Amino acid sequence: MKDHALTLTVNGAAHRITVPARRSLADALREDCGLTGTHLGCEHGVCGACTVLVDGAPIRACLMLAVQAEGAEIRTVEGLASGGTLNPLQQAFTDHHALQCGFCTPGFLMLATAMLEENPAMEEAEMVDRLSANLCRCTGYTNILRAVQAVAAARR
Amino acid sequence: MTRIVGRDVKRIEDPALLRGRGRFVDDIAPPGLLHVAFLRSPHAHAAILSVDCSAARAMPGVHAVLSYADIAPLLAEPRLRVALPSPAYRQTLDRPILAMDEVVHVGEPVAIVVATDRAIAEDAAALIEVEYDLLDPVADAVAALEPDAPRAHRTAPHNLLAEFTLAYGDVDAAFAAAPHVLRESLDQHRGGSHSMECRGCVAIPDAVEDRLTLWSSTQTPHVARRMLCDMLGLAEDRIRVATPDVGGGFGPKLVFYPEDAAVAVAARLLKCPVKWIEDRREHFVATTQERDQRWDVEIAFDDTGRILGVRGEVIHDHGAYTARGINVAYGAVSAMPLAYVVPAYAMRCRSAVTNKVPVTPVRGAGQPQGVFAMERLLDAAARKLGLDRAEIRRRNLVPGDAMPYATPLRTRGGMQVVLDSGDYPRCLQAALDRAEWDGFAARQAAARAQGRYLGIGLANYVEGTGRGPYEHVSVRIEASGRIFVATGAAAMGQSTHTMLAQIVAEQLGFDMANIEVVAGDTAAAPLGLGGFNSRQAVLAGTSAHVAALKVRERVLRVAATLLEAAEADLEIEGRAVQVKGVPAMRVTLAEVARAAAGLPGFSIPGGAGPGLAASEEVVIDPMSYANGSCVAEVEVDEATGAVTLRRISFVHDCGRALHPRIVDGQVLGGIAHGIGNALYEWMGYDEQAQPVTTTLAEYLLVTSTEMPAEISIGHIESPTPLNPLGIKGVGESGVIPVAAAIASAIEDALSPFNVHITRVPVMPQHLVAQISPEAVR
Repeated sequence: MKDHALTLTVNGAAHRITVPARRSLADALREDCGLTGTHLGCEHGVCGACTVLVDGAPIRACLMLAVQAEGAEIRTVEGLASGGTLNPLQQAFTDHHALQCGFCTPGFLMLATAMLEENPAMEEAEMVDRLSANLCRCTGYTNILRAVQAVAAARR
Repeated sequence: MTRIVGRDVKRIEDPALLRGRGRFVDDIAPPGLLHVAFLRSPHAHAAILSVDCSAARAMPGVHAVLSYADIAPLLAEPRLRVALPSPAYRQTLDRPILAMDEVVHVGEPVAIVVATDRAIAEDAAALIEVEYDLLDPVADAVAALEPDAPRAHRTAPHNLLAEFTLAYGDVDAAFAAAPHVLRESLDQHRGGSHSMECRGCVAIPDAVEDRLTLWSSTQTPHVARRMLCDMLGLAEDRIRVATPDVGGGFGPKLVFYPEDAAVAVAARLLKCPVKWIEDRREHFVATTQERDQRWDVEIAFDDTGRILGVRGEVIHDHGAYTARGINVAYGAVSAMPLAYVVPAYAMRCRSAVTNKVPVTPVRGAGQPQGVFAMERLLDAAARKLGLDRAEIRRRNLVPGDAMPYATPLRTRGGMQVVLDSGDYPRCLQAALDRAEWDGFAARQAAARAQGRYLGIGLANYVEGTGRGPYEHVSVRIEASGRIFVATGAAAMGQSTHTMLAQIVAEQLGFDMANIEVVAGDTAAAPLGLGGFNSRQAVLAGTSAHVAALKVRERVLRVAATLLEAAEADLEIEGRAVQVKGVPAMRVTLAEVARAAAGLPGFSIPGGAGPGLAASEEVVIDPMSYANGSCVAEVEVDEATGAVTLRRISFVHDCGRALHPRIVDGQVLGGIAHGIGNALYEWMGYDEQAQPVTTTLAEYLLVTSTEMPAEISIGHIESPTPLNPLGIKGVGESGVIPVAAAIASAIEDALSPFNVHITRVPVMPQHLVAQISPEAVR
């Protein structure tokens, strides 16, 4: 299998990597860039644990090849906090107990980041609908919704 | 009055998880790491005639391809002997690490491939040639027990794995004299756990010391170490099993699996680190599930609705091997009567071997099925008598003034079941009030006038929590002044670190940031049972409390000497001990710890011996019984059979809540799981026992849109007398009554059509078939 040398731009930093053509973006982020905050829960595009932002849009990093992501601005959970300070969405997740085991959390944080950037005044019904993109087995979603609502309310 | 315990303090797990700095098993990548793929059986039942690995071994990047014949010489014990003891067994079905000469379920591991990366390992696995001779599979638990059924294991005498009857009172006399008897046949299904993180392990051999570390996403690391020692023939000091962050457990991760052993064997053989991460498809065919139970049950009751007796038969799908025991079946049958005064009870249960993934506990562990059966019978009885469904329950619940209430039941360990505390009727009333039960008839009538079908239903449950006998916790203060807590308890997302830190901080300075907790590591705790059965807050929490009190006593004795003050005048505040109200007269915990560590030739201040440490394994044999009541309100589309959950009202009692917000979180997650069991989650197999739902697109987990718009959770706190903190477990509570309450609500909504719910999950096609049978013909 042919290897490809490419540069991924993740959270503003350039990662020069060499990967086989079939390597997914999720595997490249985790194994080649050392960014293990992005998790894999199903590897068939349903659970959303691997959600990252590619040019601002939430995508399933398990369904995109690393070679497709060259030249794009990729954002992952590692880019949310600034220094030692959690960003408002991360803070809201802990304040509202929106995470338990934390495995799905990076995907939800990136999904919600995109939602709030797209429409900070999003109505609750649409939020519920958009959050149904990702799966969580611990929380029952209620507290995730509350956390996202709290951030939206603070921005209004 | 407590300052930390019982309060919504910050979870210490959160910061790392929110920043993407958690360390889950797949995040562990030591240098030289090799990756595993398993070749799994594509057949539900077949004899293995030959395994040819030569092409796979020849592939570049492949380091080893091992079938059973290759690993057998390395094993002191080739089978996983994990079955909990019981006189009920009728045969032994321990599973091998890799299939020997027969495969008995789709997904059973046949060979392990180790390669430089996972993709290559999977490519190589596809090159292994296995010659199978297909055998008749057993796809259904009820059919499995027919005399002419094929055998799920070709050399087995029959498909009966275990058989027992749970009985007390003269049930036949009760039925003979009863004015009313009703019968139900119920088919229940639960599905998989589906933690968002699948299973996985990394085995790291240390050639210098001839040791092996297994990082595993297990709920029971000490059991895993014992199994590895037995199977590899190694002493305990050769093997460490440690858990990293675990991305949810929900039951199946308590089991020791063939893959854990095979990966450890491969790492020892190859003398380099080896990792296996289960993918979701493997999770569907290789991680244990709960599945089908058939209940044929009867209730006898008098004209007032008072229960006279319950009896019946259960057939439980055990799967292809014994991966835990009879506990799910036993839990189901013993949960059934628990909330109510049932004077006579007899339930015969048979566990049937099928050619499907082994069955072990999934959150709830049989209890949801027992509750479902009881609540279905009570709904039927209420209907027969024209009684309000809440009223018939009120008349039969164990009354609050009867506590502690000694039931005639025994646990699977032989201990009497004593309901230790609680007020079940009060709990029910609180749930009914939240649900506005009394006003529902008017809401329902108004909706019907508009052609909409609303329904309301309810269920009560009692959950056995805090399975003993103990959990290990040690507490020690080091010379830095930092407090180290180590436990055999294992964390899988339920806030175990926070829970233990809270309890210890309450006694040792109230500063949770000064506490380091190590959970689920055999190197840090000499003993441990691990995480299951809603037990860790009860058992580990109690050991932590008692150990922290002992360390506190030592701290105060040493500090009293150093400060030349009376112990009674001292308090531990933050990272120091001070004279009460006089912060200037203080000595730091670090100074106390250094003094207690001693100096050569000097006596230790305080006279209590060296060090500031205590270890506890507080033994609590009896279980503490939590309880709750759930009311569900639904709307059903009579044309499509679609069920919309409008509202869940849930009131529960888990004794004293250590952290109310975490307790709510546990209940919410359980409710979501129960909604899945009620309406969506179905692990399908065809007639050849071939699984037909092996992706999350086919097997439906609840998402945010399936949750009811309104969820109301209430607490009643009836502290248990069984432990000093008054705690009961809560991890599984939420799931237990939900399917029963939703079934009751659907039946109520569709009462104009006489719809009768006898199975879960309730699927739209089942409802449409009953609403308009002519339409589906």
